[in-house]
Amino acid sequence: MVLSKAVPSSSHDASLDCTFASRYVRAPLPRFKLPEESIPKEAAYQVINDELMLDGNPRLNLASFVTTWMEPECDKLIMAALNKNYVDMDEYPITTELQNRCVNMIAHLFNAPIGEEETAVGVGTVGSSEAIMLAGLAFKRKWQNKRKAEGMPYDKPNIVTGANVQVCWEKFARYFEVELKEVKLKEGYYVMDPEKAVAMVDENTICVAAILGSTLTGEFEDVKKLNELLTEKNKETGWDVPIHVDAASGGFIAPFLYKDLVWDFRLPLVKSINVSGHKYGLVYAGVGWVVWRSKEDLPDELVFHINYLGADQPTFTLNFSKGSSQIIAQYYQFIRLGFEGYKNIIENCMENAKVLRQGLEQTGKFNIVSKEVGVPLVAFALKDRTYYTVFDISENLRRFGWIVPAYTMPADAQHIAVLRVVVREDFSRSLAERLVSDIHKVVQELDEQVKHVTKVVTTQVDITARGGGTDGALVHKSEQEIAEEVITYWKKLVSRKKTSGVC
Amino acid sequence: MPENTIPKEAAYQIINDELMLDGNPRLNLASFVTTWMEPECDKLMMAAINKNYVDMDEYPVTTELQNRCVNMIAHLFNAPLGESEAAVGVGTVGSSEAIMLAGLAFKRRWQNKRKAEGKPYDKPNIVTGANVQVCWEKFARYFEVELKEVNLREGYYVMDPEKAVELVDENTICVAAILGSTLNGEFEDVKLLNDLLIKKNSETGWDVPIHVDAASGGFIAPFLYPELEWDFRLPLVKSINVSGHKYGLVYAGIGWVIWRSKEDLPEELIFHINYLGTEQPTFTLNFSKGSSQVIAQYYQLIRLGFEGYKNVMENCQENAMVLKEGLERTGRFTIVSKDNGIPLVAFSLKDHSRHDEFELSHHLRQFGWIVPAYTMPADAQHITVLRVVIREDFSRGLAERLVLDIEKVLRELDALPPNGKSMKRSADVANCHAALANGHVAKKLETDKKTNAIC
Repeated sequence: MVLSKAVPSSSHDASLDCTFASRYVRAPLPRFKLPEESIPKEAAYQVINDELMLDGNPRLNLASFVTTWMEPECDKLIMAALNKNYVDMDEYPITTELQNRCVNMIAHLFNAPIGEEETAVGVGTVGSSEAIMLAGLAFKRKWQNKRKAEGMPYDKPNIVTGANVQVCWEKFARYFEVELKEVKLKEGYYVMDPEKAVAMVDENTICVAAILGSTLTGEFEDVKKLNELLTEKNKETGWDVPIHVDAASGGFIAPFLYKDLVWDFRLPLVKSINVSGHKYGLVYAGVGWVVWRSKEDLPDELVFHINYLGADQPTFTLNFSKGSSQIIAQYYQFIRLGFEGYKNIIENCMENAKVLRQGLEQTGKFNIVSKEVGVPLVAFALKDRTYYTVFDISENLRRFGWIVPAYTMPADAQHIAVLRVVVREDFSRSLAERLVSDIHKVVQELDEQVKHVTKVVTTQVDITARGGGTDGALVHKSEQEIAEEVITYWKKLVSRKKTSGVC
Repeated sequence: MPENTIPKEAAYQIINDELMLDGNPRLNLASFVTTWMEPECDKLMMAAINKNYVDMDEYPVTTELQNRCVNMIAHLFNAPLGESEAAVGVGTVGSSEAIMLAGLAFKRRWQNKRKAEGKPYDKPNIVTGANVQVCWEKFARYFEVELKEVNLREGYYVMDPEKAVELVDENTICVAAILGSTLNGEFEDVKLLNDLLIKKNSETGWDVPIHVDAASGGFIAPFLYPELEWDFRLPLVKSINVSGHKYGLVYAGIGWVIWRSKEDLPEELIFHINYLGTEQPTFTLNFSKGSSQVIAQYYQLIRLGFEGYKNVMENCQENAMVLKEGLERTGRFTIVSKDNGIPLVAFSLKDHSRHDEFELSHHLRQFGWIVPAYTMPADAQHITVLRVVIREDFSRGLAERLVLDIEKVLRELDALPPNGKSMKRSADVANCHAALANGHVAKKLETDKKTNAIC
């Protein structure tokens, strides 16, 4: 007689499952409602990691100015600081000190009129958007206070910029109820014209914003000329209109490559400057800086004084809690690279941009729209737009892994469409050469397709022509009619898209 | 900026060493903000550190993850949506940005309404309690809205709904209630506010809405107090913000704001960006930012699920009780926080004659603990509290150790002569009581104002 019974194991120990055998990869991922149950951390990690594989590769994203590579030593520092809430200034005094040091260094880099050991007026932000909003707020409040003191109306403030301005200025204008007066561009002149800008200034203008490193073509606007013309206008009218320089990209390029270019606090009307730490400051996304000329340019009523267990720290930011990693990373870059390091890196970028530019010119198919002096990027347009556009090239480049966006210029140059490649620190020469060869391939493919389509359509037209109309007579089309039909057919084949405005 | 380059190892070491002198984030009991996540999540965050969130066309999956989080949080808050309907909301850098966006929406809606009625729209105001966090004051100052604060009183440290509704007038763009007051973790009575405000609206013909600042409470109430009606179940609640980096259990740098429906977010505030054909509406103050925290939030939502969050919050609540009971046993403290609310313990000394809470806080630092002391805002500035926030990573062992260390500090202070400052404070307290009794509104007690605003 059997004394013992074998009990079949009915429970399945799910913790033994290897990741892709578990039930978690069979279930659809929750999209709308918080799931009822927990899942193991390995499964959570794997499913999210796998979905994210379908995101673009940040380093091949040639659309963006924002840094996509940092040294592993810096990654270590970033990881260690992930759980530090920057705003706890009293708990993390060193981190706060590092921010202050960065502000001082940047202010000195921009020739702020401060003594050797004097602390600068400025702050770290999450990006240039926040920086610009803070600077704009300061201008708005100063202007309002002045108008109130003069007994004049202060309900219609405006700001003068070029139409090439980045979207964050439009946001500032709309959210803070300031009118945006834009100087229109024209074909061949894709930045703000200082003369036209000054002509638009009136008594309600809180400031004129110039861009050092236009988003679309990388060009530097002539801040010196703007300063001169505006000084003259101020004298004539008795107004006191200041300048803000949006140096989001150019602020970490001009001081290293173009030392003699006078664009910063050396010009008396420049009262504040913003720069993105996460562009050519060479830090990952999430840090920007705004620096004011002096204490007088930042109305004290905008500054909140927080006393944490006795230490008084003035703060003036839109965001409160945020991570500390990027601030620490910015300081790392400053002391690791120093002036010579930044200079070397930017020079490399310029060299690689030149390689790219020359490669494109050699194809004979492109007009280079960007200038050689400015942010290291290459913006180029097709010479012949009859059969395909830059949007088609952009789409086809994706197959090779490259993300190269195409844009139309803003008013009044909307008929110009360009491709833009931003050359970042990690865009090496070999990548530049590979990109040129891939663009070559794409253009050749598109040319082949055009020939093929032309043949097909022409054949069809011939057949139709030979088959005749309703009365059986032969209908011959002229060459021009054939060409037009080819173009119409081709245009239908390819969809046109309009875009503008990226950081 | 130094002239010369230095080796990367040197740069790393120098900075690492300086930072050793920062406080230890996990012993920082002042903050609600998450200080520990699972290593698997750390891996995901590090991998995403070079992704600029705003490049929506380049990183469509990351954008999709944000949208899923918005949907889940909206459903958690009982937004009136269909099963597969996309919610109206956005991820932000924190509750500050979230509140500014919500406030902007209210301001614009009110302005449009007043313009249509032909009435003046230049003096908008917002009604809140004096216990409100500093970001509301920032919103008011930067966006030129008047802040009408309902003052507190001793024993009642949140906004009184009746007083709030009294302060409402035709220029009020919204009434902001807090679910999880910064100072003592209490939940304000949003339901009562809703009922009273409905009445006032029907009497006056106005249409004043409610915003709930659920920065801390938004990830607690649905799990611990599901019967508590505070969210979109109340008809006047039009938007809610919550901090992903507090009880959403993600590192600093993420918040969420949800609107009831499309109508509550004026279209003119939304920017439409067309990147290579895909249209994505955006309404945030920040543009470029990291993607790590959004991905981490999604990780937490699917990793923990409803039961996981519930377990974590229940643990926090348990540990808060352990701490509270330990403090009560010393016989030296009054507990100012309530049992229901955010898992935190706010307590003050029964006897102020020899030493005060600031000294206690100072001495606790020697043991490594960061436990801040604050004075309450008007009209209860004479009350000082110490506050310990119980986060996910504050285990029972740590709670018991904290109690032991507080007892040690009390013994140390007892052995010391009385602090001259605290004697003055007792006199000031007496004067303040007298002033209040005379009906004067007490102004700030000292020029070195101790803060009440921390997140």
